Amino acid sequence: MGKFRGVDFYDVDSLLSEEERAVRDTVRSWIDERLMPIIGEHYVEGRFPKQLIPQMAELGLFGANLPEEYGCAGLNNVAYGLIMQELERGDSGVRSFASVQGALVMYPIYAFGSDEQKRRWLPRMAAGEVIGCFGLTEPDYGSNPGGMITVAKETKDGWMLNGAKMWITNGSTAQAAIVWAKTGALDDVNSIRGFIVPTDTKGFSAKDQKGKLSLRASDTSELVLQEVCVPKDALLPKSSGLKSPLMCLTQARYGIAWGAVGAAMACYDEAVSYAKNRLMFGRPIGGFQLQQARLAEMLTEITKAQLLCLQLGRLKDQGKATPQQVSLAKRNNVSIATDVARETRRLLGANGILAEYQAMRHLANLESVYTYEGTHDVHTLILGQEITGLNAFN
Amino acid sequence: MKIAVCIKRVPDSETRVKIAADGKSLDEAGVKFILNPYDEFAVEEALRLKEKAGTGEVVVIALGPPAAQETIRTALAMGADRGVLLQIQGLHPDGLETAKALAAELRDAACDLILFGKMAIDDYNHQVGPMVAELLDLPCVTTVAHLEIAGGKGTAEREIEGGVEVVEFPLPAVLTTDKGLNEPRYPALKGIMAAKKKPLDVKPTAPGPGALEILSLTPPPERQAGKIVGEGSAAVSELVRLLREEAKVL
Repeated sequence: MGKFRGVDFYDVDSLLSEEERAVRDTVRSWIDERLMPIIGEHYVEGRFPKQLIPQMAELGLFGANLPEEYGCAGLNNVAYGLIMQELERGDSGVRSFASVQGALVMYPIYAFGSDEQKRRWLPRMAAGEVIGCFGLTEPDYGSNPGGMITVAKETKDGWMLNGAKMWITNGSTAQAAIVWAKTGALDDVNSIRGFIVPTDTKGFSAKDQKGKLSLRASDTSELVLQEVCVPKDALLPKSSGLKSPLMCLTQARYGIAWGAVGAAMACYDEAVSYAKNRLMFGRPIGGFQLQQARLAEMLTEITKAQLLCLQLGRLKDQGKATPQQVSLAKRNNVSIATDVARETRRLLGANGILAEYQAMRHLANLESVYTYEGTHDVHTLILGQEITGLNAFN
Repeated sequence: MKIAVCIKRVPDSETRVKIAADGKSLDEAGVKFILNPYDEFAVEEALRLKEKAGTGEVVVIALGPPAAQETIRTALAMGADRGVLLQIQGLHPDGLETAKALAAELRDAACDLILFGKMAIDDYNHQVGPMVAELLDLPCVTTVAHLEIAGGKGTAEREIEGGVEVVEFPLPAVLTTDKGLNEPRYPALKGIMAAKKKPLDVKPTAPGPGALEILSLTPPPERQAGKIVGEGSAAVSELVRLLREEAKVL
């Protein structure tokens, strides 16, 4: 496999700064050299490539858009997005790992934590010494996180947590979990607060979810919290209500919108190369109109998604991006990426089902990405509410 | 320990280069330029020597167009301390004139070591390093695959046909680096951000015209499709016949 050269039909590169391109190119070659040779095998065997964590940390991939004073790279949001794009060009599981660590674990500590918590956790998380996970979703509360039944009761010395969380990326790898729980009545979504829970605390257990046919190179776990007692300073003091975890999700969804473009680029790249080289009826299949229609469609959608991300990133850097704009990008980009992966899989014919090629791995992964961090349908309703002012959720 | 590393901006080896309309230069549109891969070994080695010594300075010097600043910043992002661009317009084809410009810059720089990649992957000349050594009257070891520096002298290993040649040399010296010397680091994201703030001197330079002039560039002829003559031992006699009569190599 040659070096990945990206997809850039509209000279989007000229809209990026020198540093933004340098960041992207560094991550791109790292993925080429360190992930691509091993990802197929890890995927088939259902293993996250843990051995890459120290290298990811050394590159500065964790919480890369958080400030330097906490050991982070202090990048702007466009550069951060480009990192996510390149990681997911490799595999959605690897991008998920970095998304969770940065946007769902380090970000809430940065946004809702005390100075002491920030100083204690962020540098070690940036260095990859502490891996985190994010516990919001529960077995019966996915699209409706406000319904959660995990509770935190104040005790003499701190808090006692009880409940269960599901679909938790990095759950069994993590040394620290950001757990969201209700501190008041079960119908009081405003009582939701965030807690930093060390995973070796008594009563905390994580079990890998088996039988996944998607995101196989990523750990997904179920967390059980049974009378887990944590000190007072485990509480994220500035977290308040459901909007706090939703703010984290907006960060992660922003990265996903970029990541999906990366997965789509990987598939398109594979489709083009296959179409030019695969001979059928004595000529390259790329010379047939049906395959050309596929490729034209893919290039069009990737180019649109790319520009969408870039403008969203620029808005975010100006502090102007809204959660609804992030929803539009996540919804569109993951959906088109899934289509691109599926069409690539089909263009590749029988070869398209092999792990040796990327398309089916990306396709299977993207089905999860389509569903997590706000399903496609939930983002549709968020946009519907934005457009009409009417809530269609319940 | 003060180390100078001379680097070059070259087209990415994966880029499909196109010849410009004038027939003697490259069309740079859409071409990605990178730090010459052999120079990456030189930068990495310089950084390791500095880190091992715990003190010192790594200066990267390039002769090239304004855009070569970006190439210098790649080396700064890897960890070099400062950069110097001997700025020219376009590309300069003459190795000796390039060497003279670099030597002039390096003459009073009081470096302990001057490192080069063994060659640039655009013109494959292998010239500039040894020429600079000659102009500065310094010892030179080319294609270094292993290096030790201690007590004011160095020991270098060069891979030669069927063996390894070990060379001892006094400092200061000029070395050109080969693949295998080290594994260059990735520029970390923090390094990329820090590179913006490191000093980069741009010095307009006008090397002499030199003896070399590019008259025309042509792509290599398109490769012919191969031929499979058969399988197994039955095909051997046909293969030998074709090698003798068609390819005329036997």
